[in-house]
Amino acid sequence: MGWLFEPGFFTSPQVYTALVIGGVTAVVSAIVGVFTVVRGQSFAGHALTDVSATGGSGALLVGVNPLAGFIVGSLAGAGAMEAAGVRHVRGRDLATGIVLGASIGVASLFLYLTTSTTATTGATQQILFGSIFVTTASTVPIVALFSVISLGIIAAIYRPLLLTSVNGDLAVAKGVPVRLVGTAFMAALALAVGLSSLAIGAILSTALLIGPSATALHLTRRISRSLILAALIGLATTWLGILLAYDSADWASGHDSLPVSFCIVGLIFVVYLASAVAAHLTTASRPVDSAGESAAYFRPVPEGDACSPGS
Amino acid sequence: MFSGFMTNAWIVATIVAIIAGVVGFFVVLRGDAFPAHALPNGAFAGAAGAALIGANALVGLGTFAVAAALGIGWLGRRGRHDVVTALALVMMLALGAVFLSHTTEYSPEIFALLFGEVLGVSASEILPTALLALACVAAIALLYRPLLLSSAMPEVAEAKGIRPHRMEMVFLVVLALATAMTVPVVGALLIFSLMIGPPAVARALTSRPPRSIALSVLIALATVWAAIASSYLTNWPVGFFVGIFGATAFGLGRTISRFRSVHTRGRPQIRALAEITAPIRGQ
Repeated sequence: MGWLFEPGFFTSPQVYTALVIGGVTAVVSAIVGVFTVVRGQSFAGHALTDVSATGGSGALLVGVNPLAGFIVGSLAGAGAMEAAGVRHVRGRDLATGIVLGASIGVASLFLYLTTSTTATTGATQQILFGSIFVTTASTVPIVALFSVISLGIIAAIYRPLLLTSVNGDLAVAKGVPVRLVGTAFMAALALAVGLSSLAIGAILSTALLIGPSATALHLTRRISRSLILAALIGLATTWLGILLAYDSADWASGHDSLPVSFCIVGLIFVVYLASAVAAHLTTASRPVDSAGESAAYFRPVPEGDACSPGS
Repeated sequence: MFSGFMTNAWIVATIVAIIAGVVGFFVVLRGDAFPAHALPNGAFAGAAGAALIGANALVGLGTFAVAAALGIGWLGRRGRHDVVTALALVMMLALGAVFLSHTTEYSPEIFALLFGEVLGVSASEILPTALLALACVAAIALLYRPLLLSSAMPEVAEAKGIRPHRMEMVFLVVLALATAMTVPVVGALLIFSLMIGPPAVARALTSRPPRSIALSVLIALATVWAAIASSYLTNWPVGFFVGIFGATAFGLGRTISRFRSVHTRGRPQIRALAEITAPIRGQ
C-alpha cells in the first residue's frame, strides 16, 4: 500500500482533521443536496455560500468569531430569499439573484474596509477558495453540532418535504403546509451550507452539495436509496480527493502541489459526467414510461405563465 | 469627478450599463439568473489561466465563458440546467484555484477582477469594449423576435419551428460574450448585479417587451452613474453601491407592481400576451 499513501498521510494531524471535517460535511451536504436538486434550488444552495461569506467578512471586520458571521449571514440570506421569493421556479431564481447581488456588494465593502484597515489582502481568496488543510481541529465539534441540527430538521420534516419536493400540487391538496416546509428546508440548507463554506470554502461547498446528489439521482429513482448513494459518493470523492492532493505534493517535487479543492471538484465532476452517460444509456434501452417517470423528478411542472409582471 | 481618468470610467460604465440592460432583460425573462452568475464568475478563472501562460486576459475570459456556455447548454439540454450550471461553475473556479496557486499574481488584482475596478479603466480598453458591446446588441437585435417568443412562450415557439434548445445555446453564447467583455472592466460580481436588478425592476413596472428593455437600460444607466458618483465621493467599492441600489430598486418595483395589480387586475398580462403573439397572428 506504500505506493498509494505517501509517507505521513496517517500521522499528520492536518490530514486527520481534513478527513473528519471533509467526511462530515460531505455526508450532510449530500443528504441536504438530494432535496436541493429535486426541488430545483441549486442556485439558492450555491448563493448561500456567497451570502454566508458576506457574514464571515462582516465578522472579520468587527472582530467577532467568523463562525457566528457565517451562520448568521447564511440564515439571514435564506430568510431574505424566502421573503422575496415567489411561487414559481423562475421568480425564485430571480429573488435569489437579487439577494446574492446585494450581499456580494456588501461583502465587497466589508472586504475593502478590512483590507484597507488591516492590510490582510489574502482575505478574499481565503473566503472564496478556503482550504480543508488549514481547518483547525477545534472547529470539528462545532461543525458536528450544526450538522446534527441540519440533519435533524430534515429528519423531522422528511415525509412532507418529500411530498412537496416531488409533487407540489399533491402536497397542497393533502393539506401539507408547503410554505412552512419550504422555510424549514431553507433553514436546514442555510445551516449546512454556512458551515461547509466556512470549513472547506465556497467552491467545495457547492460541489459537495450538488455533485454527489445529482449523480445519485442519475443512478436511482428512489429518493431513500439516492440519499444513501449520494452520501457514499460524497464521502468517497472527498477522501480520495484529499489523498490525491496530499500525494501530489510528492509527484510534483519542486513544484506546487495541486489544491485540494481542485482534486475533489475534479473527481466529483468526472463521476457526474460518467453517471450522466450511464443514465443516458439506460434510459435509451428502458421502456418509454419508466424513462418518463425518472425524468419527472428533474422536470418541474410549468408553473404560472412567464408573462405575469412582478414575479 | 468628470476630469482626466474619470472620463474613461464614465464612458465604459455607460457601455456596460446598456449591454447589461439589454441582455439582462432576456436573462430575467428566461429565468437564467444562475448562468448569468456562473459565467462571469467562472470566466474569471480564465483570466487567471491567461495570466499563467502569459496570454491576453480577454482571450482567457472569452475562452472560458464560451466553453462554459456551450457546456451548460449541451449537458443541460434535458430539463432545467441548474445542476449542470452549478457543477460547471465549481469546476471552473477549481481550475482557477490551480492557476492561482501557480501564479505569483498579486492578490489585489484578483480582488479587482472579482469586484471590479471601474475607476481604473484605461483609454485603450474602451475600443474593444465598445466593439464587443456592438456585437452583442447586434446579435440580440437579429434574434429579437424568435428569442422573445421562445423565452416567453416556449411551446408556441416550438410549434413555429424555433428549437428552444438551440435558442438557449445561442443566448448563452451571447451572454458569455457580454461577460467576457465586461468582467475586466467592472468585475465578475458587479455585472451580475447589473444584469439582474434593473431588468427585474423594469419587468415589474411594464410588461411590454420594447418598453421594458428601454426602461431596464435607463435604470441600469442610473444605477451605474449613481454608483460611480457615490464611489468617487466615499471611496467605497462600486460593487457595493450597484448591489444595494439594485436590490432597493427591485424592492420598490415589487411594491409598485403589487399596488398597481390591485387596481388593474390582469390587464398588463393580456396586453403583454397580445404583443408577444402579434407575429403569430400575422400583425
